Amino acid sequence: MKVSELSRESFRARLGGEGVRLAAGPFNCRLQSGVSEIADELAHLYAHHPLIDDSAFVDFHVAIQPGHGLRRWVRPQARFVVDAIEPFTPLPRDQSLPMLEWGLNWCITAYSQHILVIHAASVARGRHAAILPAPPGSGKSTLCAALVNRGWRLLSDELTLIRLDTGELMGLARPVSLKNASIDIIRDYAPEAFLTRPVRDTSKGTVALMAPTQTSVEAVNTPTRATWMVLPRYRAGAEARLTPMGSGAAFLQLADNAMNYHILGARGFAAVGRTVDQCRNYSFEYSRLDDAIAVFERLAEDAK
Amino acid sequence: MNLVLSVLRQAESIRQLGPSEWDLLIRQCRHANLLGRLYERLRAAGLEAEIPDRPRNHLQSGAFMAEQQQFSIRREARFLREALAPYEIPVILLKGAAYVAAGLPAAQGRLFADVDILVPHDHLGTAESALMLTGWQSTVSDAYDQRYYRRWMHELPAMRHIFRGTTLDVHHTILPPTARLKPDARLLIEASVEIPGLPGVRTLSLQDLILHSASHLFHEGEPDNLLRDLTDLDMLLRHLGQDDTAWDGLADRAERLQLSGPLSLALRYTARLLATPVPVRISKRLGSDATGGIGRHLLDQLYNRMLRPQHPSTADGFTPLARKALYIRAHWLRMPPLLLAYHLAHKALFPPAQEALPAMDDKKAA
Repeated sequence: MKVSELSRESFRARLGGEGVRLAAGPFNCRLQSGVSEIADELAHLYAHHPLIDDSAFVDFHVAIQPGHGLRRWVRPQARFVVDAIEPFTPLPRDQSLPMLEWGLNWCITAYSQHILVIHAASVARGRHAAILPAPPGSGKSTLCAALVNRGWRLLSDELTLIRLDTGELMGLARPVSLKNASIDIIRDYAPEAFLTRPVRDTSKGTVALMAPTQTSVEAVNTPTRATWMVLPRYRAGAEARLTPMGSGAAFLQLADNAMNYHILGARGFAAVGRTVDQCRNYSFEYSRLDDAIAVFERLAEDAK
Repeated sequence: MNLVLSVLRQAESIRQLGPSEWDLLIRQCRHANLLGRLYERLRAAGLEAEIPDRPRNHLQSGAFMAEQQQFSIRREARFLREALAPYEIPVILLKGAAYVAAGLPAAQGRLFADVDILVPHDHLGTAESALMLTGWQSTVSDAYDQRYYRRWMHELPAMRHIFRGTTLDVHHTILPPTARLKPDARLLIEASVEIPGLPGVRTLSLQDLILHSASHLFHEGEPDNLLRDLTDLDMLLRHLGQDDTAWDGLADRAERLQLSGPLSLALRYTARLLATPVPVRISKRLGSDATGGIGRHLLDQLYNRMLRPQHPSTADGFTPLARKALYIRAHWLRMPPLLLAYHLAHKALFPPAQEALPAMDDKKAA
């Protein structure tokens, strides 16, 4: 059964009660919230995700709860709680939804040292995946959202997961976090995509979340190999251009963006090395999304 | 239900766990900082194949973290040695860092927050300057706390390395000078042993590591790590007990260092909760299996609650009271009543500011 098959009332009741239990790629999550106004948008964001059994093992028991005491009413706050632990200070209540997503990212980063976790977006065509590591502001999420609305499957917008044993990528197909100008760009570019109402004044500016496409969620467990590593950079007026990157530089890019490279030690070194060896590595400059999509189309054609 | 304890006592019992029990076990282990240790324990018992995939990911995550920390502890030990060697101050590792460097079974899967070293009191000032010159900075900026540590405590305020981010506790003895029990640090230093393969780096002797662990646990242990510390003691005691006569040596040593009290408690709760095989003559001698008495009954009530994973599933109505009682007991043992009253009054009037965590570092997952 999928989240979208629950009635609006029953989703609300679960969220406010024992929790909505769903699978996001390799992770089983139980989402609870005493902040009821996030329910409808949350149900849209996770519409296609499968619900899991009540007795199934849950990786992350997370909740968004109202602030303590006065902070429930006066300049209301929301708290992120993972199994009775609160890793962050509370945020204004209207940031509840982005906070849930940041919180889930925190759980994956803090609790998953059995895989290599890279701060990067990843998208796939069939069994071939492109990893897009990049610093904030490089247009990584915008490019990722555009690709996902033009036939690429979303693996992850924020955290790329690589298995240490097989080197395969694991998809999450969780919502894409769009910031500032990219919100309107994607609204124009893909009017059919579901975006949440923008939340202003977060630590990252204005944020809206985009729901992953149905195929991304349904095919999330398809075994996928990293085939391209593309370091994107948005530059106003630039022609879309791929420039091959040496494997040494590519290694440093991936290692530098790996959240747990320092924890995994030799295992991390081997996993990054294997990924770089099996990928064609590029840096990529672009300004117009359509041109960028065309470049990625050609990459996908070549891989066939 | 305390699943961690039943699995630690009886590793085979994991065969009977269903998915929701695995779920609870992992959550309890995480709250007790025991993920890595349980993984190593199950592996040693040949039960790795019996762990379902999802829980294994979490246990393995803990084990990988521990492995990496052990690597960095050995490296830190070398850096400390380089910082202190020019002043002929020995590096004597304590607690977790000592278990790792000495390759003791108690190092298995252990996670820790800092490195602890013991420095002779006369060399404390020199050692602090030498450490500051090599990049260690005090983490305590509050003037009262600085004074409090320097005047009343057995250690300097924690130091953090500006580049590597590791935290260091520099002790000059193992209990606060104001505590009722006064183990002589000189005896500990005299008995310390050099680690083969790490020249210039020493640890306390095995007996003294046990006595330090016991006095730490029952004097000042942080609530979240009490069960983890008890498993340390269990492993240290089993290691020592391979030679049956070593138990008597341990009891003699405890008398000499005025630490029979903490040792007795350590033997009481390791034997009761983790089935540590303490010889009867030893438990008789230290009175660790005695029953009756209001004081003992209250302590049992307190430690039976605190020596659990500090997770909602193992708490009951008295857990908050037990936490408070433990805090008061720790302070009571640590300083005479007047000083305690002064210290608590100061803390009540000027509560420490709560540390504000950034919502998330920009590089770490936007």
